[in-house]
Amino acid sequence: MTAKVTIADVERVAELANLELMQDESASMVQDLNAILDYVAQLNELDTAGVVPLAQMNELEGADGESALRADVRVPSLDRATVMAQAPVTDKVFFKVPKVIEKQ
Amino acid sequence: MKTTETFVQKPKSVAELREAIALGRVKAGELAAKYYDRIAEVNPRLNVFLSLTRGRALEQAARVDAAAAKGDKLGPLAGVPVAIKDVMVMRGAPATAGSKILQGYQPPYDATAVSRLEAAGAVLLGKTNCDEFAMGSSNENSAYGAVRNPVDTERVPGGSSGGSAAAVAANMAVATLGSDTGGSIRQPASFCGVVGVLPTYGRVSRYGLIAFASSLDRIGPFAGNVHDAAIMLGVIAGHDEMDATSSHSPVLDYAAESAKPVDGLRIGVPEEYFGEGLDPEVRAAIEKGIEDLKAAGCRVKPISLPHTKYAIPTYYLVATAEASANLARFDGVRYGYRSPKSETLSAMYRHTRDEGFGAEVKRRILLGTYALSAGYYDAYYLKAQQVRRLLTEEFLRAFAEVDAIVTPTSPVPAFKLGEKTGDPLAMYLADIYTVTASLAGICGVTVPCGATKSGLPVGMQVLAGHFNEGTAFRVARAVESAQK
Repeated sequence: MTAKVTIADVERVAELANLELMQDESASMVQDLNAILDYVAQLNELDTAGVVPLAQMNELEGADGESALRADVRVPSLDRATVMAQAPVTDKVFFKVPKVIEKQ
Repeated sequence: MKTTETFVQKPKSVAELREAIALGRVKAGELAAKYYDRIAEVNPRLNVFLSLTRGRALEQAARVDAAAAKGDKLGPLAGVPVAIKDVMVMRGAPATAGSKILQGYQPPYDATAVSRLEAAGAVLLGKTNCDEFAMGSSNENSAYGAVRNPVDTERVPGGSSGGSAAAVAANMAVATLGSDTGGSIRQPASFCGVVGVLPTYGRVSRYGLIAFASSLDRIGPFAGNVHDAAIMLGVIAGHDEMDATSSHSPVLDYAAESAKPVDGLRIGVPEEYFGEGLDPEVRAAIEKGIEDLKAAGCRVKPISLPHTKYAIPTYYLVATAEASANLARFDGVRYGYRSPKSETLSAMYRHTRDEGFGAEVKRRILLGTYALSAGYYDAYYLKAQQVRRLLTEEFLRAFAEVDAIVTPTSPVPAFKLGEKTGDPLAMYLADIYTVTASLAGICGVTVPCGATKSGLPVGMQVLAGHFNEGTAFRVARAVESAQK
């Protein structure tokens, strides 16, 4: 947990997250991430061997747990015209996006 | 003496307004118009509202007035002017989440909390400013400009629900809704001198709340007093089949609960919340509040929550990991902004997100993606979830001994605009007393509890166990009635 983040790490993570970073932006992100990761490294002081991770709160008292799932029946969703009215580019039937596969 | 402007004005209470409307002494339509006048007057200085929903508000007010004239039974919020943090959707009104990436988006449906307010008679005035995607502790991360604190316009209102807190403090709405992921209702409420509620996780449906960190996000009310906040929670709480994490746990009459006496209640005071970094004037105000609780018959005892110092690192790993997944949906395809630099699909994604997101949102997406990436998952995300369990169990043990826990809501009063913007970590530490309850899923109420010598409000945080909002309201009301 003491790994130092490099500019290459930030660029790799930015690619995973589909974020385009400007040159100066990457440099300040390296600095910020290292400061934050140094700070969170204090969690290493705690022995958590055998502690079951708490991922979500439904298991706690008063919550509904598994029973919260509704019956598996079809219900109408928003109609197409309503949804497409919000799309940046559409032919009113589909969302239009730039070409996905480029010719080499 | 302060030389800056102040816009503080106490709203009339919900009960008082509702009665006046029911008796026809006040018309809901005229009241809404008065609030729009107030907004027009002070919004240019405070930047609280991002959009107004005047048509919908006046239609609703007319319905309330017609019902009142006929002598029909009115809802608990009949005619009460309310505003909504702009991370919740309202049909046909812009929803920005304080971000450029949602520019132009007009959601086609209402959040459950919004429709429940309206069904109870509330008049929805508009949408309030906030940090982008609720990420921030000062409201300075909004793409639409910072909100100013009505108490002192040189200072931040807190964040991320800064607009919703400031709206109540400046009487631009009688009550508002905010969202709280790590302190985003409680901290701004304390900075602006109003009441803010963090309901138990699952108490209020998140349907229609733009997601930041789904295991932490909660919707809750702001109001000018504890009783009003309790009425608001009673209206929005309860199971909703649109949110699988919303609970069937019975909704109590929180307003009635808040009025119950507190004598005999056991109050825990955790030493870890009174250590280094706590402003001496905030400490003095909270200690005075604790004396008031003793005088009201509470049994106050010191307790220890030794994992408290691990809450901020745990929170910033869990919250950013969840955010990096939740914010993947903003890609320029289905709604909101799309970059003109979209020659290929991948360029469209990258440029849309680069131009659409602000620096703090990018920082958190990167941190979260890093914490979830191969080789680091166990060391960061898994570790944080394990510590989250330790923190939660620590609270559960404490609540076997005490009925409520009281702490300062924030270690400092409202700070100056620009004071912390250069140092992300310093900004994260502003949440040091609030992230613990967020991680543990427990509930809390922040209530005004004195002020600094220069007149900045101090808030006391009253925490209670899962689905024990009634006790938190009771204690908060005892603190409130001892003020002045």
